Amino acid sequence: MNRSKTKILIKNGRVVDPANQVDAVMDILLEGSRISRVANGINDRADTVIDAAGRLVMPGIVDMHVHLREPGREDKETIASGTRAAAKGGVTSVLAMPNTSPAIDCAGSVALLKGIIHKTAAVNVFIAGAITSGRQGKALTDIVKLKKEGIVAISDDGASVDSDELMLRALKEAKKAGVLVICHCEDKKLSAHGAVNLGIVSTRMGLRGISKESEYKRVQRDVDLAKKSGSCVHIAHISCSESVEIIASAKKKRIKVTAETAPHYFSLAEEAVSGFDTNLKMNPPLRGDADVAAVRQGLADGTIDVIASDHAPHTENEKEIEFERAEFGVTGLETELAVCITELIRSGVLDWSGLVKKLALNPAGILGIDKGTLRAGADADLIVVNPDQEWVVQKERLVSKSKNSAFLGKRLNGVVEYTICGGKIVYQL
Amino acid sequence: MNWTRKDLLGLEELSREEIELVLATAESFKEVSTREIKKVPALRGKTVVNLFYEPSTRTRVSFEVAAKRLSADVITILTETSSVRKGETLIDTGRNIEALKVDIIVVRNNYSGAAAMLARHVKASVVNAGDGWHEHPTQALLDIFTLKEKLGKITGLNVSIVGDIAHSRVARSNIWGLAKLGAKVTVCAPAILIPPGIEKMGVKVTHDIDAALREADAVNVLRMQFERDEESVFPQQLEYFKKFGITEERLERAKKNIIVMHPGPINRGIEMSSGVADGANSVILEQVTNGIAVRMAVLFLVAQANEQIKNENTD
Ligand SMILES: [Zn+2]
Ligand SMILES: [Zn+2]
Repeated sequence: MNRSKTKILIKNGRVVDPANQVDAVMDILLEGSRISRVANGINDRADTVIDAAGRLVMPGIVDMHVHLREPGREDKETIASGTRAAAKGGVTSVLAMPNTSPAIDCAGSVALLKGIIHKTAAVNVFIAGAITSGRQGKALTDIVKLKKEGIVAISDDGASVDSDELMLRALKEAKKAGVLVICHCEDKKLSAHGAVNLGIVSTRMGLRGISKESEYKRVQRDVDLAKKSGSCVHIAHISCSESVEIIASAKKKRIKVTAETAPHYFSLAEEAVSGFDTNLKMNPPLRGDADVAAVRQGLADGTIDVIASDHAPHTENEKEIEFERAEFGVTGLETELAVCITELIRSGVLDWSGLVKKLALNPAGILGIDKGTLRAGADADLIVVNPDQEWVVQKERLVSKSKNSAFLGKRLNGVVEYTICGGKIVYQL
Repeated sequence: MNWTRKDLLGLEELSREEIELVLATAESFKEVSTREIKKVPALRGKTVVNLFYEPSTRTRVSFEVAAKRLSADVITILTETSSVRKGETLIDTGRNIEALKVDIIVVRNNYSGAAAMLARHVKASVVNAGDGWHEHPTQALLDIFTLKEKLGKITGLNVSIVGDIAHSRVARSNIWGLAKLGAKVTVCAPAILIPPGIEKMGVKVTHDIDAALREADAVNVLRMQFERDEESVFPQQLEYFKKFGITEERLERAKKNIIVMHPGPINRGIEMSSGVADGANSVILEQVTNGIAVRMAVLFLVAQANEQIKNENTD
């Protein structure tokens, strides 16, 4: 069949595209799966015309830290449900973390996952493989083979590789294979059995605490190994001031390290958890006010490159139980953009270009995928956002299978009106 | 001042006035236990369930006696005899108990925050009889009641709490209650048993027992728990007693009328000598007696408030 390509014309939106130093009111024409033109006064005939006056048009979010739970825990989330939640949140590409069951640690499981993605995903799903077999921290996976099968990064997220020697080998292998290593920095000997940040809040609540040390000592180790190996490391979910400082000083020394934080770490402090709300239990835990300030500063000054959700869906049975027994993790795909707008744009921590870098351009660059840009010829992954509209996060309206959002009941600003992925409208308000 | 809470979960969230109201109510109930017929009809027709996930004869019996003296029906559920061992969740258990048309659930659970979680999911009143290391509000209320009875006031008193502060719900509830009523609280323990940031709860910290006793009007001595089966338990206990045990000799250097309290059960020769436990400064048995009056007050107040809440909802 030789049909002409579907055309979508987005008129009069404020186009924010830091990859091309654009921040101006313009029109965008999409043809088929690609962006065909970004210019003023495009008047081509199109199948769909979107009036984006007063709206922002930006690259779709590239969320490089997402737990989609499939295969294995389809009761929490599936590729289908998770990617629809992503679409609603303005996320057009996700990196799926490998802590599924089975873990994504061999060519076979990558192939299995690719099959499910091909059949059911609503947005682009990129795959992270495990660093060690079964994420047990014992034996390296075949990174070259995983790469051939299509993974773009490796991580044992949920755990850190405790052995320095094994981690060094992983970094060297990853460098050879050309994949990114994503580090979940936690020394479980120091954090063992903790449930909230160690300090006055753990003391008041009568809970074991997770020290900041358990995070930043491991950040330091992984930075040291990056230097030693010459390989790139990406530090996931930075939550405390010490980690920010370590990254900043590593960057000054030109060590190849990048860093990410999640919306809850720049918008919520440990005090919030003192009512034993398990929807505020995550790992690393919410930290003190000074840490929240340091994370915001790290975003502003460029120390922290990426904002990712660490979307971690859990069923009610795993959350509506005693605090210590409840699972760690919160969902985030549907709230991340609005939390960023509410907490970072409105208070001037970042401008729009800055935000698009953290949410789309930088993660795409770090992962080495051609996303996060609105240049002509690029994949037509973009979103139309009403930045001012206020909404309240309600359980009933979440698309994710799991409802464990840290922001339930919160008023946020910023609503996604269209999510276009590969030239198709995958979400419309 | 009116009591409006359906539950009593901790002292952290209470105001000074609310604490004073419990104490005043307890005072009026104390007399009941001295009557020939030790009963008032205040909770007649109400059902109280003691839901205990940890063995605790003292607290459970104290709540039972308190409920009976208010003419309530009392049912006790222990982990050994219930489905809780078979994996039923606390919320499910609570809802099942509530389906029996129960008015008050008194819960003891080894998880911090368990009572609050249960309270969010049932319409019955929930009284926290100890949750993990978090709070044990009725114990602190009876400690404070006893102190006030002995010394006439709480404001301005120096109160030292000695022992395993880190793992003690009794310590936390006492700290909140005493601080709200204007006492000056010092906690004393080996450094490893002092939880981080506790100064922010408004207490002074010392590792020197003599310093803790010097200015104290009262000392509340916590039960020490050493890991069982360990060979080194005995030397550890001895060492603890040498450094932190309350002895007659140490009391001689303290204020003459210092009040000695203990939530029980006492480890004689570990936290304090037998001489101190049975001596003139000890109010340990009076604490037990006062526990009844304080728990009567709490059961009465939460039941009354919940009645009020239900009436408002049906209007
Ligand atoms: Zn992680
Ligand atoms: Zn994660």
